Amino acid sequence: MSHHLPVLLVVIPLVAAPFAALVNRPRVSWAIALGSAWWAFLAAFALLRQVMADGPIHYALGDWAAPYGIEYVVDPANAWVLLIVGMIAAVVTPYALLSIEREVPDARIPLFYAAFILCMTGLLGIAITGDVFNVFVFLEISSLSAYALIALGRDRRALTASYQYLIMGSVGATFIVIGIGLLYVMTGTLNMADLAQILPELEPNRTIPVAFTFLTVGITLKLALFPLHLWLPNAYTYAPSVVTAFIASTATKVAVYLLLRFFFTIFGASFSFGEMQLDKVLMPLALVAILTMSIVAIYQDNVKRLLAYSSVAQIGYMVLGISLASALGLTAGILHLFNHALMKGALFMAMGCVMYRVGSVRIERMNGLARAMPWTMAAFVAGGLSIIGVPLTVGFISKWYLIQAALEQGLWPVAVVVLVGSLLAVVYVWKVVEVAYFRDLDADADIQEAPLSMLIATWALVLANFWFGIDASATTGVARRAAEVLLGVGS
Amino acid sequence: MSSGLLIALSVLLPVAGAFVVLALGKWPNAREAVTLITGGGTLWLVSGLLPYLREGARPRLDILEVVPGVQLAFEVEPLGLLFAFVASFLWIVTTIYAIGYMRGHEEENQTRFYFFFAIAIAGAIGVAFSANLFTLFAFYEVLTLCTFPLVTHHQTDEARRAGRVYLGVLLTTSIAFQLLAIIWTWQLAGTVEFTQGGILAGTASAGVLGAILVLFVFGVGKAAVMPFHRWLPAAMVAPTPVSALLHAVAVVKAGVFTILKVSVYVFGLDLLGALAATAWLAWAAAATIILGSLIAFTKDNLKARLAYSTISQLSYIVLGALLANRWGVIGGGMHIAMHAFGKITLFFAAGAILVAAHEKDISRMHGLGRTMPITFGAFFIGALSIIGLPPAGGSWSKWFLGMGTLEAGQVGLLAVLMVSSLLGLYYLLEVPVKAFFFKPPEDAHRPEGIHEAPTASLIAMIVTATATIGLFAYPDLAYELMSMVVPGGAP
Repeated sequence: MSHHLPVLLVVIPLVAAPFAALVNRPRVSWAIALGSAWWAFLAAFALLRQVMADGPIHYALGDWAAPYGIEYVVDPANAWVLLIVGMIAAVVTPYALLSIEREVPDARIPLFYAAFILCMTGLLGIAITGDVFNVFVFLEISSLSAYALIALGRDRRALTASYQYLIMGSVGATFIVIGIGLLYVMTGTLNMADLAQILPELEPNRTIPVAFTFLTVGITLKLALFPLHLWLPNAYTYAPSVVTAFIASTATKVAVYLLLRFFFTIFGASFSFGEMQLDKVLMPLALVAILTMSIVAIYQDNVKRLLAYSSVAQIGYMVLGISLASALGLTAGILHLFNHALMKGALFMAMGCVMYRVGSVRIERMNGLARAMPWTMAAFVAGGLSIIGVPLTVGFISKWYLIQAALEQGLWPVAVVVLVGSLLAVVYVWKVVEVAYFRDLDADADIQEAPLSMLIATWALVLANFWFGIDASATTGVARRAAEVLLGVGS
Repeated sequence: MSSGLLIALSVLLPVAGAFVVLALGKWPNAREAVTLITGGGTLWLVSGLLPYLREGARPRLDILEVVPGVQLAFEVEPLGLLFAFVASFLWIVTTIYAIGYMRGHEEENQTRFYFFFAIAIAGAIGVAFSANLFTLFAFYEVLTLCTFPLVTHHQTDEARRAGRVYLGVLLTTSIAFQLLAIIWTWQLAGTVEFTQGGILAGTASAGVLGAILVLFVFGVGKAAVMPFHRWLPAAMVAPTPVSALLHAVAVVKAGVFTILKVSVYVFGLDLLGALAATAWLAWAAAATIILGSLIAFTKDNLKARLAYSTISQLSYIVLGALLANRWGVIGGGMHIAMHAFGKITLFFAAGAILVAAHEKDISRMHGLGRTMPITFGAFFIGALSIIGLPPAGGSWSKWFLGMGTLEAGQVGLLAVLMVSSLLGLYYLLEVPVKAFFFKPPEDAHRPEGIHEAPTASLIAMIVTATATIGLFAYPDLAYELMSMVVPGGAP
């Protein structure tokens, strides 16, 4: 059983998804989703422990040996991403029960959970597979179900947001499949390990750089790196709260993982950063993302949109760490995948609580809300402190590593940009805090604290922000190992 | 009790007390009793650490390793113990004062007030006992954030604007400058532990180390070196006990304490004296001393005048550190205690005048001395200490600071100290002199006979005024502790 864990991790949710749609009872569908999410969480955790202890796991699907069959490979880098996806799903699903009943029509709830499980399955599949075409398949599973999930938003604009994402996402996926096709033409293999071995041996040619470029553009579109982020703010704003919390904490993270896998494992750091000089493209874009998107976030009146722009800026931090192409920089980037999932998850879930009670997350509707919903707003403040990077939160740990990585290469202006990004975060977080804490509650408002099940889930993530901010030895340990594996040292 | 337990409890007891206060919100008498008991207990715990230091030990408590090489840890050394003594003793006195003030002034949300007050004290003691820059920074930010609700206690528009300035300046300086300096130090020295003799010597060029020093001095916004002083006058919108304990003692002293600590234990006095930047920064502190006094002159609002006086006096301590010799550090460290007792007396008096006579402006306090003789008598004694005249404790610290300037061969800086004292003579003594000897304004309605503030407030004021005089006769403890910080010959 434990030998088959890599495949069961993906197959069990994949099989569960149709059942969630077929039983057609909202609460039963929810229970199936809950089971799938917790299965993914526990299995991912077990896999991570196993790879940290015993090294990479190779699993040949149907016993067809690689490179002819599809292979699943688990190493610290993707076990980490699997854990992020599983963890966020496990926290979001209990929260979803009430939130979704409020935001999605009853008739569509079973379909919603089916799509939700599929989306999670797709993300897990992208992370675990060792086959590049399989990546594309799972990418489509997760993307198509994500479009459906976003379109279920209560606001009619959710439809256009979803359509926009569909177009942009499909362009990205097409670029990725073109890149994969070109690689296949040149090497005759789709297995990642095989590709990594064959690519350096090829005669210099123009096809591989073209493949590389297609993949870069396609993946950065998926991970919403500035200026390819245009689909993200609308999608996050109009999607149901649960979907926003889940996708914001996982989908872009998996895309970042894909970037890491292609650039470091498959093409190799010396090709990506030496020959193709990827850092010269990624670093300026990341810096611009951090600065401009944080500033744009300040001017938003819809708090979900504000957080969405903040996400684009935070993706800048991850890409910045990667573009430094050093062990420390990669550690910072990989660490921030996890840390950002914790903080953005908590913030979007707090906003979901507001949506549940107030019916809107526009800032003018949040006057004095801290009096009516003290726990919800306290969760928002705590998540906000983490985004700012106050010590003893995970945000601080990310920043500590990122700045260290920048200073290590003498790039002190980069360190300054990271810190300025933090200060801009103070402004956009405090904008909400001032409204919620310093204005009077609207006289006719009859608002109660959010339901307990939603609060507990939200606070679980909030406390995780502090827990992993105070004792970061486990998270930094895994991130460092993942960085070493990707750079091909020490493994 | 073991020393480790003593350290842990002196930080945790105020936190525990805070939560009991929260639980007892409905019973004000029990709530205040708990605060007082917690304060007494904290002082007792802190004083229990003194014998260890006298034996030459440095009690240490490692809590955990946050990221590899960076500990969350406490280590008690004499300077920190002095600061912890001052903060925990004055907390008790301020609580007594606050009981009179908050009830006399019919303030709302008193439970929240006592709650955050206790947390702030825990933050201050955490700063005092920090074993390294990381721990110090963490508690420094705790102190910033948990005083925000105190500054904005009244939740008016004015309070909100003041809160923006407060948080804006303190977070900007600490994140943009101080954090950068800390990470840079870590990068160069490979450690952030406070070590006798410093950790930075020989790690980089004088230019780089000078830049780090500049980042530290301006990055510690709580020391209010101009131009980063604006937060302190803004914080005066808070209720007077907050201004008294936090903005004359805990918060600002945490700032100058950090600078002393960095000077002695991160740079080391030898390195500090050798840097060109030190001399420049000493003049920046000198400029703050003079400008602060001059601005204090122009303020008619008593609390505003005291705020600028504080800004000026804080730079005495910064200057003491930057003199980079034994006398400067001893004088600076002693001034933490001496200024604390003097300035808290002044603030207590200002608050008493507000509660009893409802006056804020000095020009309207003419003749008030006859109605409130104890209050203005206490003000007089506090003022003497701030100016540095016998028979008040402030004369000792100013004496040593003066010796420090001569030791450093900086007659110009000695002149600055003198001129500022002369200015203080005028702008502080003006208040009691006019209150006792001038005629009241015609439209003022003064009650017949003596009409003082509530008894609790009076008791607190008498205690601190007596202690101010007592410190002139017995400065031994402060001197003893500070001589342990910089061992050397007898005076």
